[in-house]
Parts: sequence; C-alpha cells; structure tokens
Amino acid sequence: MNIRDKVSVIGAGCSKFGENYDMSAEDMIVTAAFDAYTDAGIDPSQIQAAWVGTLSSANAGNALADPLKLFNIPITRVENYCASGMDAFRNACMAVASGMYDIVLALGFEKLRDSGQRGLGTFGNHPVVGYGTTAPSLFAMAANRYFSTYGIDKRALAKVAMKNHHNGTMSPKAHFQMEVTEDQVVGAPLICSPLGLFDCCPTTDGAAAVIICRSDLAKSFRPDPVLVKGVGLAVTSGEPYLKPGFAYTGFPATEQAAQSAYAQAGMTVKDIDLVECHDCFTITEILNIEDLGIAKRGEGWRYVEEGRAAIGGEIPVNPSGGLKSFGHPIGATGIRMIYEVSQHLWNKAGARQVKDAQVGLAHNLGGPGSVGCVTILANQ
Amino acid sequence: MAGIVSFGSYIPTYRLPREVIAKEWGQASLGGERAIANFDEDSLTMAVNASVDALGDRDPKSLAGVFFASTTSPYREKQAAVTVATVLEAHAEIRTMDFTDSLRAGTSALMTALDLVPPGKTILVCAGDSRMGEPDSQQEQNYGDAGGAVLVGTENVLAEVVGTYTVSQEFLGTWRTEEQDYLRSFPGAFETKFGYNRFIAAAVQGILKKCNLTPKDIACAAIAAPAQRTLQAALRGLGLDAKAQVQDTFWNTVGDAGTAQPLVLLAAALERAKPGDLILVVGYGDGGDAAIFRVTDAMTEFRAVRSVFSQIEVKRLLSSYGKYARFRKLMRKDYSTTDVSTPVVLVRDQKEILPLHGGKCPKCETIQFPIHRICTECGFRDGLTEVKLARRGKLFTFTHDYLTETPDPPTTHAVIELDGGGRVYVQMTDCDSERVEIGMSLELTFRKYHEGYGIKNYFWKARPVNK
Repeated sequence: MNIRDKVSVIGAGCSKFGENYDMSAEDMIVTAAFDAYTDAGIDPSQIQAAWVGTLSSANAGNALADPLKLFNIPITRVENYCASGMDAFRNACMAVASGMYDIVLALGFEKLRDSGQRGLGTFGNHPVVGYGTTAPSLFAMAANRYFSTYGIDKRALAKVAMKNHHNGTMSPKAHFQMEVTEDQVVGAPLICSPLGLFDCCPTTDGAAAVIICRSDLAKSFRPDPVLVKGVGLAVTSGEPYLKPGFAYTGFPATEQAAQSAYAQAGMTVKDIDLVECHDCFTITEILNIEDLGIAKRGEGWRYVEEGRAAIGGEIPVNPSGGLKSFGHPIGATGIRMIYEVSQHLWNKAGARQVKDAQVGLAHNLGGPGSVGCVTILANQ
Repeated sequence: MAGIVSFGSYIPTYRLPREVIAKEWGQASLGGERAIANFDEDSLTMAVNASVDALGDRDPKSLAGVFFASTTSPYREKQAAVTVATVLEAHAEIRTMDFTDSLRAGTSALMTALDLVPPGKTILVCAGDSRMGEPDSQQEQNYGDAGGAVLVGTENVLAEVVGTYTVSQEFLGTWRTEEQDYLRSFPGAFETKFGYNRFIAAAVQGILKKCNLTPKDIACAAIAAPAQRTLQAALRGLGLDAKAQVQDTFWNTVGDAGTAQPLVLLAAALERAKPGDLILVVGYGDGGDAAIFRVTDAMTEFRAVRSVFSQIEVKRLLSSYGKYARFRKLMRKDYSTTDVSTPVVLVRDQKEILPLHGGKCPKCETIQFPIHRICTECGFRDGLTEVKLARRGKLFTFTHDYLTETPDPPTTHAVIELDGGGRVYVQMTDCDSERVEIGMSLELTFRKYHEGYGIKNYFWKARPVNK
C-alpha cells in the first residue's frame, strides 16, 4: 500500500519553544492543540483518535487525554527516541489512510526544563556496556570520524550553526532569535569534542500539533490542505558503536526512510523545495544532507558552506532555524517540522518564507542515528 | 621442584609529588613522589592487570588456584580472588583464596602457593594495595599504590624455590579497625625499632640458616620496607651490602605499596637476574616472611610483558591535592547518584564483562560484542561461538565528553576495532586528551567504572600503548 495523497494536514499549531519556566506541559499541549483546532476550523469533539509523541515527559495516552480532556477515544503514546514526534504523525497518517478514522490529532511535546539536567543525561540500562553515553558524545564520534575521513575541521560545522541561528532570527516561536559568528561557534566551550556549545541544540520545552484528515474530506475544512506524499521510517541498531562495519559518516536509518518516502511520493530530491532536518548537532545536519541525497558523500559540509542550504539557496535546509535555533523538545520536534513545512506550503512563514514552496521534506532522527523518519508534504 | 614460572607488575600511571601533599598541609615534604591509583582503579584492578601480564599466553586451564592478597580488598565480604580467576578464565574447579588483613599477606600467599602447587599445574598469586594514610599525616606521603603477580608452578620455572621461612609474631605497630577509615601507626620509633628491624633480621637470618646459606650467597634481596631509610637502618648487621645486594624499594617513585610491594620488588629483582642467582624476598607484618629462589637458565629467554622500570618511567603527574582527594573520595561528592547497576546483570553477563568474550558467527564469521542471540551481520540464529576478544586494537573514533561527571574530566568514549576482529565501545583512561587520535594503538586495561547499587562495577577501558 502507498500512502500518497490519501491523507492531508488541515491544521497545525505550535507553542513558543524555549525555557518555558512559566508553562507546564499542560499549558504547552493545550496551546499547540487549540492552535491546530483553530487553524483547521474544527471543534475538539471532531477528533476521533490521537497519537502523542514524547520521549519521557509522560506515559500512555493519558499524556493527551488529561490536558485536552479528550476522554473515551483511542489515544496512543509513541516513543521512538528523538523521532517520537514524527512517528506519532506517521502512525496517525496510517490510521486515517486505513479508513478507520476521518479526523485525528497528532501531537508531540517535551518538558525538559522542569528538571535541572543539562541535555538528556546519560543513556543505557546496562551496568557497564555503553556506560556513561550522552547524546552529544554519540554524534561527536561521528564528527571526529567525518573529519578524519574528509579532512575538514570545526569551521565547517560552524557554518551550520551560523545559518540556522540566522534563520532563527526570523522564527518568532524559536528558542533563539540570535545571530552567531564563526569565531563564537568555534571558540565556545567544548561539550563533547569536537562539538562546542554552539554545535549543540539547546535543552528546550515545547509542544506542536497537527490535524490530519482523509484527503477526500480535506477541502471541506480548508481550500489548501497539505497532502502527505510519503512517510518512511527505518530503525537500525541502537548500538552503532558496537556494530561491526558501521562507518560513522552517515546514518543508514535516514537513507532507508528517505528512499521509502521518495518511492511513495514518486519523487526524487530534485522535487524538494525545502527541507526541515534533524540538526540536533551541527555535524548531524551535514550528515543528513548527504543521507537525504541533497549532496554527495563527503560534500554535505560544502553544500552548507557554499550557501546552497540557505533560504534563497538551491534547497533551503532548516529555514525554521532547525533544532539548533528553534530548539528540540524531543517529542515535539517531528511534529514541529510538519508544522514548519506546512507554514511554507501555505505561504505563511513570514520573513523566512521559502519562495514558491510546493514540496517540502521533513526528517526526524532518533537515538544514535538509529531511528530515521522522513515525511514528504506537498500543496497539490 | 616448585618455583616461579612467570611474573607481572602494575604501577599506576598517576604520581603525586610528595611536595604537593606537604604544601597542602604546611608540612615538610618527604621528597620524591608516590604512585596513585587512578579514580577507576583499586587493589583488585591493579592485581588483575599484573595477573594478565603474568599469565601471558599460558593456558588458564593449567591454573590450580588463584590467590589474591591485599589489606584494601574491594569488598569487606565477597572474595576478590574469584574475580581475578574469572577474568583470567581459570577453571571453576580450582581453589581461590583471599589473603588479607596483614601487610605480609602478599608473601604469605606466595609461600602458600609454593607449598600447594601440584606437579604440572600452576597457582597464580596476585596482590594489590591502595592504602589510605590519614590526610595531613606522614603515611599519606609514604604509601603508594601498586599491584604485583607471580605465577607459581613446577615446570619451566624461571626461579626454583630453595626454601621458605616465616616468623609469626604478635605486634601492634600499624593497624586499622573495622571502624577506621585510615591506617594508624603508633607514634615515634616503636614500630621500626621494636618491630620492623627485629622481624626483618629474624626473617633474613632464619631463612639463611634454614637454607644453609650466608648473606654473601644472595645476589639480590627484595625486602619490603615502609621507606628506603627504614630499610637501610634494618640492614645494619645483617651482612647484606645495601648497594650491591639489596633491591631499591622504589620509595622515591612509587612508595610503600603494602602487600604488593614485595611482589613488585621481586619482579624488579628477577627482571635483572642471571641464571644461578639466589634471590631473597622478604615480607613484613605481624612478624616476617622470607623465601629464597635460585634463578634458572629459563630466565635468559624470559621478558616481562611490562617491566617495573618501564612502568616507573611512564607517568602522569597529579598537579593538585584536590584531584587526589577526589580520586580517593576524601570529599564525598555525590557525582555518582545516577549510576545504576544490578548484580543480576553483572552475574548473567560475566563472560562478556570479565574475560571480555564476544561472539563469532559460524556462518559469516563476524566477530561481535556482546554475544548476540542472532548474528548482527547475517541473521544466523542462536549459535554464535563464544570467543575471547583481543586486548589490543586501533581507535576507530572517539570523543572527549565534558558533560559526563567524572573525577578526571573529560570522559573519553572510544570505539575500538580490536586486533583479530570485534568492535568494542569503552572509555579511555590514563591518557592526555590532546594526544588521542583516530588510528592510534590502544591496549585494554581492567578498571572500575562506577559503584552503582553499592557494588564495584568492573569492566575494561582502553589506554594508549606505551612503547
């Protein structure tokens, strides 16, 4: 079965992303969901089922049922590392495409700043194997391997941070509206070598929501529904550091998910007008650009450096500011990307609007690059 | 005849100059430096690393016993020797014993092994100590941390035992009770004059008499001593030439390494011995132990995996007392509150954790870690062959992690391609971050990762190969 054109996004909402010390998870969830209801022109009672993505901020369908008072309908909590949000969206799309439901809600959120922790802490359950692993350390090991393979250094990473911080200045809901210079990025304190503070996405609170409905009903809600062209998910080993032959210069999970999404959409990368990808760290965006087929192997850094990923460039990458500047409330990010791409397809992205955007790609990556999720959206 | 088949020693990489300790307390420095176990080391890890070298490529199934000696065992109840035996892959049907609570436990374990080793078999004797002198005391400057190991056997011996002798004598000079964190010594010269000097004399004279030898017959005497000066004084009247016949105690570079000290001194003496030499080893504590060995021709062919002298040369200086205090948890900082563990997993996965076994796929031959039920490469199900992974490899990629809390930041995570196959992901230790680079040669070293669940979570780390 191919999902192409069977379901549409008819509304999207997003809370302010940032250090939301004055907002609870409930506040953010209600804001995002009701923004989406209003955008779609629906009443909450029309929601027939819901999917919620969160890494660790809540358990079960109750994560949505209680704040939104969505009682007595099916709600499923999805956890797939940092791709929890987009996988919640994907499951929602498939349920509608199956004919089981007409209108559903997919919402992602994370409340990280209520704990004093820096980043996500350490991973793993084994007493000693993989002990002490942190999120930046996993991607830093890819950066060092990429550097040694292609002979580049930290300055290439800084270009990603500069671009995404620049884009963030045009994103009112982004965590940061702040330009950074190359020297600032390169000279920042090390988090996990070679990644410094400005190579890492911040620790952010936020929620985002979209309303999905059967495409044949979509135009009764709005004249310009966003069509889902393809949704791919691939899961590879969550222990790449133990996987014989894992090269650490790209993530096969992204490649597989992208191939699946392109095939469903009947498109290639040439058809894509903008990309929202998972730049949890600056190196990750470079690898994503290669994994998604935007640039050749070993050329992703050059694609950014030459300005081809900038707004107004060949394929703008992360016009929202990306995880780097918009922030990365884990479960929210995948849905926030669908929200962002939809804004561009609706020509509502303001100062950061990608001109004449008709097809957008969103890419969410989870774990140590082990969960890849890619969605292709178009306005016709 | 029983004797020494092989030996190993372990001197930790870190040194603390005594003047750093002295400066902290406004005391006079005793001079020189002392060896300091890294924060991830303890008496057991140092003994294990010495033992791995002592066993070398020899078949661990020839071991009839593994003895561990220490006054600072990692557990108050729970044997350490069996952990060493498991790392070495000894047979389960052997005798494992901890010799503890006496400073001469190292020599006592060695002499017991010489008495017990069955023909054609071996017994591994190892010792490790990391004794704590009270902050702002002379002992704090005096003690050093180290490990030693001797493989005792009856065939192909490097040095055959000529005789052993013990004098057991009740004495209270230095002690530590269940309630005390630090060793206590009776002030003044009571212990040296009324204890150490007398027992060393009794042990040396006793063994010589028992073996019908004179002091002149001894090529090298490896005599445990709290300090070099103390030993010099004790030698008076014994007929041994301090310069020509007595092994230096490494007090200036290592310090008094407790139960491990006589084994380290013995290793140093053997490393420079010639066939026919008579080597005397003496342990002190609650009396004294002595043994004499005659070096055989086999010694000409023998090379220690890591010599004592080369380990003394390779070092990293600790620049501050604070670092040492944090290594030894003198300031009980709660940086490990998030460490999780469970004995269930440590016991279930012990073949992967302790002797570092991986799996080899019978179909595609991929070596993998840990031992999967289904081959990670070709999907072959339920039949990976258990294999011992190499202890050396090359660095594939790494990062210096400043986010993880550790007494010695940064934490360096490393993906290593092991020689002969298999990829492991471990932390690096004993290294300067700026010298870490992809492709460098690394060796694995046995360490303590953390103490989650109130237990010692041991596993392997990697460090640069020192040429």
